[in-house]
Amino acid sequence: MERTLPGSPRYEPWTQPGNLPFIQVREVSKSFEGEPAVVRASLDVYKGELFSLLGASGCGKTTLLRMIAGLETPDEGSIFIDGVDVTTTPAYERPVNMVFQSYALFPHMSVESNIGFGLRQESLPKGVIQDRVQEALELLKLMPLARRRPDQLSGGQRQRVALARALVKRPKVLLLDEPLAALDKKLRENTQFELVNIQERVGITFLMVTHDQEEAMTMSTRIGIMNEGYIEQVGTPNEIYEFPATRFVADFIGAANMFSGVLVSMDARGATVAVPEVEAECAVAHAGAGAPGMPVTVMVRPEKMRISKLKPASGVNHTEGTVVEIGYLGDMSIYHVRLDSGKVVQASQLNLHQEAEHNITWDDRVHLVWHPSNAVMLTI
Amino acid sequence: MTVSALVARIRARRSARPRSWRARLVAAVPMVWLLVFFLAPFLFVLKIALARSRIGIPPYEPLLEWAESGLLQIRLNLANFAFLFEDPLYTSAYLSALQIAATATVICLAIGYPMAYAISKVRQPLRNMLLMLVILPFWTSFLIRVYAWIGILKNEGLLNGFLMWLGLIDHPLPLLHSAFAVQVGIVYSYLPFMILPIFAALDRMDPTLSEAAQDLGCRPFEVILKVTIPLSLPGVIAGCLLVFIPAAGEFVIPDLLGGSNVLMIGSILWNEFFLNRDWPVASAVAVMMLILLVVPLMLFQRWQERQEDRKA
Ligand SMILES: Nc1ncnc2c1ncn2[C@@H]1O[C@H](COP(=O)(O)OP(=O)(O)OP(=O)(O)O)[C@@H](O)[C@H]1O
Ligand SMILES: [Mg+2]
Repeated sequence: MERTLPGSPRYEPWTQPGNLPFIQVREVSKSFEGEPAVVRASLDVYKGELFSLLGASGCGKTTLLRMIAGLETPDEGSIFIDGVDVTTTPAYERPVNMVFQSYALFPHMSVESNIGFGLRQESLPKGVIQDRVQEALELLKLMPLARRRPDQLSGGQRQRVALARALVKRPKVLLLDEPLAALDKKLRENTQFELVNIQERVGITFLMVTHDQEEAMTMSTRIGIMNEGYIEQVGTPNEIYEFPATRFVADFIGAANMFSGVLVSMDARGATVAVPEVEAECAVAHAGAGAPGMPVTVMVRPEKMRISKLKPASGVNHTEGTVVEIGYLGDMSIYHVRLDSGKVVQASQLNLHQEAEHNITWDDRVHLVWHPSNAVMLTI
Repeated sequence: MTVSALVARIRARRSARPRSWRARLVAAVPMVWLLVFFLAPFLFVLKIALARSRIGIPPYEPLLEWAESGLLQIRLNLANFAFLFEDPLYTSAYLSALQIAATATVICLAIGYPMAYAISKVRQPLRNMLLMLVILPFWTSFLIRVYAWIGILKNEGLLNGFLMWLGLIDHPLPLLHSAFAVQVGIVYSYLPFMILPIFAALDRMDPTLSEAAQDLGCRPFEVILKVTIPLSLPGVIAGCLLVFIPAAGEFVIPDLLGGSNVLMIGSILWNEFFLNRDWPVASAVAVMMLILLVVPLMLFQRWQERQEDRKA
């Protein structure tokens, strides 16, 4: 299959004005028996992206994916694929294919016939079908297994057959519902890279569902974070981690120290927030809109907190506390520090010295400092 | 998982581990069951079929006899079997039984498959209720249910009365005592045996398979044709056997609904035993019937196994 799109990690079509999204989900809602599963979800996915929907179990990821596949009809809203409104198009006429979480391979067919199933459905000439099945078998290294039945395959092999069966149709969009969830950790990591490789080679737009944040961070061009049916934030892995838009996202991705405070003032360089828990005013470089007096949250990631036994020179964003717990991870350590207000914060630091005397231990009195540009103010 | 895979797995396990006495015991239970309740009665019937008829109790001569010289004599009488081929009555009764059973099986399949499919698609409380309705007739006696059909089909019965009330006919149709009546009775009586195994097969099916088929371009009827039906085939085969085999030997329904107009081998068997009191001929009829039903089945099984082996 020819490579139709640049698959480099620098590929950022969403930044180019005038670029039309390939999949447009517009204010889509879906309830099951009165229980909302997806609520006014909007999403733009661009051609050639590997976009991930990430969220906790039951937040509506699969439901949203199934609506794009045509297996579920939205109660409200509309879905466009390549500029065509497909909201009411039945699944069998949509230019999308899906890799199911359970793989859903046909047990009464060989690997080969499973892969060829969708092509036979298009009533293509026999020769063409054979060539394309062959191509897919090669791409996914399934050649020696072509004549086996699905129940004679391992989990990883089944996953590749499911992928081949969908890819061979050359869909405009490939939907993947937790494609790696059933694999063990080692195989999953290898398959992540393989999947990204394949995506770059075939140039098909991938929309993937996962609840594994590491998987989403390493594989995706962009991520949509879902929470209880809502899409909370869409952004690159970097944006999502460094500049979460809501408290939920900050908490859901990675570890975060969150301080409740009151907005004091705002200017061109950011915001000043009074935070009782650190008994000081904090400077925050990344702040959205807000009016003085409103309650806000200041978020600082543990690795952005500098921890030391010596008092720092600058007094900006500084607090003190006692080490109550240390998590040793080998390459780095995570220190739990109880501030004088009673609040416990986390600070992580690379273990640059082997000798213990340089290191901070339990009950040490420590200073914590963070730069205003490493703090984010959250209002929702 | 398909049956073939299961068989392959069991075979693999069998060769991998020496069998313990416990495993042997588990395997022995069905063997003993078959021996006691199938093979022994069959041999008993076969013995009678090879004996000569006589008037007395029992109404057949023994096979083994001590001759005067002290020799143990075995006398096998094949005349009963020969007789079955001489009298065209038997051949035509066999054929008509097979034909009626085959027709009933096809009709049961045509009605039962869509019913089983519909039940498997319905949501939970209603689905159990529908299943209950399928099983409900078994709560009344089979004989009473067949009798009820006499009330429906006879000249002054419900069906004729209804048709005349509609004005479609002006004198009653002779529905009772016809092949039609027998066919209706058999289809009615055996339909649940078709529906239940098919339903079980459909119920076991992973619903994402039909979604995957849709996703790959199948219209709803193509999903049924290419995925649902092939995957429910074991249920279909089971249902067909459960209908065909007992229907071929049926004697109550042809007796009550067919009268003297419909010949089925089951009623011939009944008559030979209880009216003619010719046990040896009756037993020969029974043995022939068994051979006619079991041999094709075994051949089919063998063929299927060979297909499975070839695929694996
Ligand atoms: N067919 C259905 N009938 C009724 N409720 C449903 C149905 N499908 C989904 N739901 C409900 O909708 C909500 C969202 O489900 P969904 O499967 O989209 O979650 P998910 O984000 O994919 O979760 P997971 O990570 O566990 O797969 C859940 O509360 C679920 O119970
Ligand atoms: Mg899901």
